[in-house]
Amino acid sequence: MSCFELTQVHYRYDRQPVLRDLSLALAPGQILGLFGHNGAGKTTTIKLILGLLTPDQGRLSVLGGEAGDASVARHIGYLPENVMFYPQLSGREILRYFARLKRVSETQVPELLAQVGLTDAADRRVRTYSKGMRQRLGLAQALLGSPRLLMLDEPTVGLDPVATAELYRLLQRLRDNGTGIVLCSHVLPGVEPYIDQAAILSAGQLQACGDLAQLRRQADMPVRLSLRSGRGDGLLSALNGHIPTLSTLQPGPDTLVVEVRASDKMAAIEALLGAGGVDDLQVHQPTLEDLYCHFIQAPSSADAADHQGGV
Amino acid sequence: MTAIWTIARKELNDSLRNRWLLAIAVVFATLAMGIAWFGAAASGSVGYVTTPATIASLASLGIFLIPLIALLLAYDAIVGEDEGGTLLLLLTYPLSRGQLLLGKFLGHGLILALATLLGFGLAGVAIVMLVDDVAVVPLALALGRFILSSVLLGWGFVALAYLVSVRVSEKPVAAGLALAVWFLFVLVFDLLLLGTLVAGEGAIRPDLLPWLLLLNPTDIYRLLNIVAFGDASQLTGVLSLGADLPFGAGGLWLALLVWVAVPFTGAWALFRNRRI
Repeated sequence: MSCFELTQVHYRYDRQPVLRDLSLALAPGQILGLFGHNGAGKTTTIKLILGLLTPDQGRLSVLGGEAGDASVARHIGYLPENVMFYPQLSGREILRYFARLKRVSETQVPELLAQVGLTDAADRRVRTYSKGMRQRLGLAQALLGSPRLLMLDEPTVGLDPVATAELYRLLQRLRDNGTGIVLCSHVLPGVEPYIDQAAILSAGQLQACGDLAQLRRQADMPVRLSLRSGRGDGLLSALNGHIPTLSTLQPGPDTLVVEVRASDKMAAIEALLGAGGVDDLQVHQPTLEDLYCHFIQAPSSADAADHQGGV
Repeated sequence: MTAIWTIARKELNDSLRNRWLLAIAVVFATLAMGIAWFGAAASGSVGYVTTPATIASLASLGIFLIPLIALLLAYDAIVGEDEGGTLLLLLTYPLSRGQLLLGKFLGHGLILALATLLGFGLAGVAIVMLVDDVAVVPLALALGRFILSSVLLGWGFVALAYLVSVRVSEKPVAAGLALAVWFLFVLVFDLLLLGTLVAGEGAIRPDLLPWLLLLNPTDIYRLLNIVAFGDASQLTGVLSLGADLPFGAGGLWLALLVWVAVPFTGAWALFRNRRI
């Protein structure tokens, strides 16, 4: 059973399409990164899955049931962006309140507070919390009742690097225990190592979805090879003839930067190494950020032209 | 039910913590005592006069205070949660919008009922203990009726506050509108009614006039607390219309209940359509 499955979902607001023909699914034990500019439809997608909105068209099932059903909602954890909570209550009181509302045992509360590192601040009023501490309280709240689907909207905002690393370790542990996780973030390099799948939304449409390898194949963006060698020109001739290069650059006397098509990557590396005399080789694959920019620009030709003009 | 009670209990705890409950009770008790002792000061005497006069004075004050307190207590019920980001969160919990609103109402309703009972109840006890020749049973009955009608009036205005709170998206707007509701029912309505009567010069069917009073819960509340003593001469201003009402206290109680149920149902319906 999938954590959620949207099939050809359309959603309009004030007659403006917000989501168009969106099909997206998440299997248990997977981390899905949901990316897109502000207004691309990420929040709407999350609200649909949470049952706060209903699709105009298309089908949507969540944890094998109806989105928004009480029996489904009990197994979902959600961390909204920028939640202030109740300033006059302490962290412990707030978690207890939400535990009661979710009908889970309040004995989880001290455990969860420890897990997010708030034990010492548990009895202080939330008014005195820093942004990062509120964020961690929100995370503890999302983890109440060991959810089977966890939706996190910008979970690392306000967290220091150590807390961020801890968060990702925690998410990996949950994933290994079979929790499906949706992660919305603008910090693409931060999430790249941790996500199993990425979904890129732009203007209400899904531009690409899959793991990084699939996205790279789909984007077919050049792979950059940086080499250090005493005989740069000789190396180039090893490629010339049978492997097309997209660009070559010689920034220094003994360095060479070659861009080749992704499908030619291995052949190019073999040819270069075969020519001998290579001291160092670095392979730069397109990063999540590169892929994101690629897919975001794809739908709007005017935008793409602008960017090319700038380069 | 558990969810509704969880929310109500939080409201109740909040009001204990920020001392709202205590403050309201103290205000009510102080005013009740003040009116009981000094209500007749204008006519040159200090001390307890009569139960009907005291209750009538209390009711005149109650129509100003109780709606104001109820509106202040409840105006941010939904919009406040929305601004703090917790409304979005609460609605992802196994909890319907109706349950959330009902829980808020139960909490706010209990706060108001407790404060009214405590404040005016203590004042009643003090009167019985300090005034030698007061008849206890009539006082208890009149005060009981006054407390019950005050609670119902308060609940009505809590529901009116929700009507505002579910509709707007900013707390200051909700506060402004709540104040406007107060002005409308407490100050403007009677003036409008009086103005219409005078300007209409009898054009309005006379048998229709008493019914117009039912359009304002504060008028119903005043009628209830004055008519009960069977002394129609106490009815002044627009309230004199109430002397011709074709129904008795039972109808007035029912009307006050309707003024709780209708705004609450309206708030519920609007809340269901609120975009989160």
